[in-house]
Amino acid sequence: MSESIQLRVNGKTISVPSGTIVAAAVAMTGETRFRKSVFGQPRGPLCGMGICMECRVTINGQLHCRSCQTLCEEGMEVRADE
Amino acid sequence: MSERVFHFEIVIVGAGPAGLAAACAAAESGKRVAVVDDTPWLGGQIWRGQQAKFSNAQAREWIEKFRKSGATLLDRTSVMASPERGVLLAEYPEAPRMIRWEKLILATGARELFLPFPGWTLPGVGGAGGLQALVKNGWPVAGKKVVVAGTGPLLLAVADGLKQHGAKIISIAEQAPFSRVAGFGLKLLAHPEKVLQGVGIKSRLLGVPYRCGAWPVKADGSDQVRGVTLTDGRKTWTEECDVLACGFNLVPNVELPLALGCELSGGFVRVDQWQETGVKKIFCAGEPTGIGGADCALVEGLIAGYAACDCHDEVVKLFGKRDSWHQFRATLAEAFALRGELKSLAADDTLLCRCEDVTFGRVRQFAGWRDAKLQTRCGMGACQGRVCGAAAKTIFGWGMESVRPPVFPARISSLMTISSNSTTIAKTNQKL
Repeated sequence: MSESIQLRVNGKTISVPSGTIVAAAVAMTGETRFRKSVFGQPRGPLCGMGICMECRVTINGQLHCRSCQTLCEEGMEVRADE
Repeated sequence: MSERVFHFEIVIVGAGPAGLAAACAAAESGKRVAVVDDTPWLGGQIWRGQQAKFSNAQAREWIEKFRKSGATLLDRTSVMASPERGVLLAEYPEAPRMIRWEKLILATGARELFLPFPGWTLPGVGGAGGLQALVKNGWPVAGKKVVVAGTGPLLLAVADGLKQHGAKIISIAEQAPFSRVAGFGLKLLAHPEKVLQGVGIKSRLLGVPYRCGAWPVKADGSDQVRGVTLTDGRKTWTEECDVLACGFNLVPNVELPLALGCELSGGFVRVDQWQETGVKKIFCAGEPTGIGGADCALVEGLIAGYAACDCHDEVVKLFGKRDSWHQFRATLAEAFALRGELKSLAADDTLLCRCEDVTFGRVRQFAGWRDAKLQTRCGMGACQGRVCGAAAKTIFGWGMESVRPPVFPARISSLMTISSNSTTIAKTNQKL
């Protein structure tokens, strides 16, 4: 967990230790809203285990990625709240 | 690994304790063994984060044993369907994978049960085990005020873990009455290693209020949880928090076993003494056969691994150990059975289905899960009813009647592989 990785979350550049998941990187930027529900409610991670899909975000343009099961990679572009 | 088509003598789904033990046992016989797992790491949810940095001796032992076993790991591979007997179709980031097996061991683990109550959809309200899993991969909790609520020994383990990461644990609310929790503590004496674990955790949590017979009724906040209202059945009180971690026992992941035709008994996959399911050559081990924890899963995994290789002499040696963990499993279920009050926390305007935003009030008008799904779309969103289906089962006693492929959300292009599977599989056979 020593080397650090740079990625962008909603346009903000953030540096995280390797082994960090995307969900954690999103939370580190202060963002609590990972997605908007059908009726527009804010949602964040619930199960933390890849089951509930509440933490899904857009990673490098790919929609609906489970941020709790995806490790951060150098140069990743993450969009939450879409 | 970039191949799309694989063939192994023994395929294991799930790289948690049961899956790793099964792989180690099966690999001893020299057979070609693969473990398929949804995540990018080894150890399942319980040993998550251990791969990067060991802090748990048992996790280290098994992960290292697995690495030396010669078994192949297919990670980030989510099984979504079985287009024909002997073949699994799985989603993988680059392209779908086709995995052919001769014997299959299902070690799909469990998830947490989430019970709806007003405010449970607010960001900051989540699973207790879920939060622990997130924290193991960097989720920030330092300085956060956390209330842990629910049931079972997991609550203490979670509070301990969060505290070590700098969280301020406001309180722990255990729904089981004190008499049951104390009784569980006494029965635990049969498993001294568990007692030691418990004593260590309790000593690190000195000063944190631990209330038995208390449970959450409401979470407050607008964009994020700010507080929780708890009750002991007589009075209610509110505690301020940034995080509410709820763990109301575990639900076995039986979707894949069901899709493969395995029968359930009492909600768990039915297996014989060899851990073999009602479907020949398909074995099952760990939480899907009963919630017993990592030690129980390890023994069952070993049995399934040896049995799948017909090493019955090795299996028989493990029966005593398995019996002992099955007793622990029964003790756990009895001590931390959910109280009836938890089934009536949701108000009519509380969401039951978070994927499709369907309220409890709408769903409860129907006679069963199938009707409710058809009329309201509950359980038909991205989680495929894994969250609200388990809640509806607990609250209304409704059964999930069937599972349809894909058992896991998949890309359209991957699903098209199913329709053209006969040609693909024919080609695979030629190649092999």
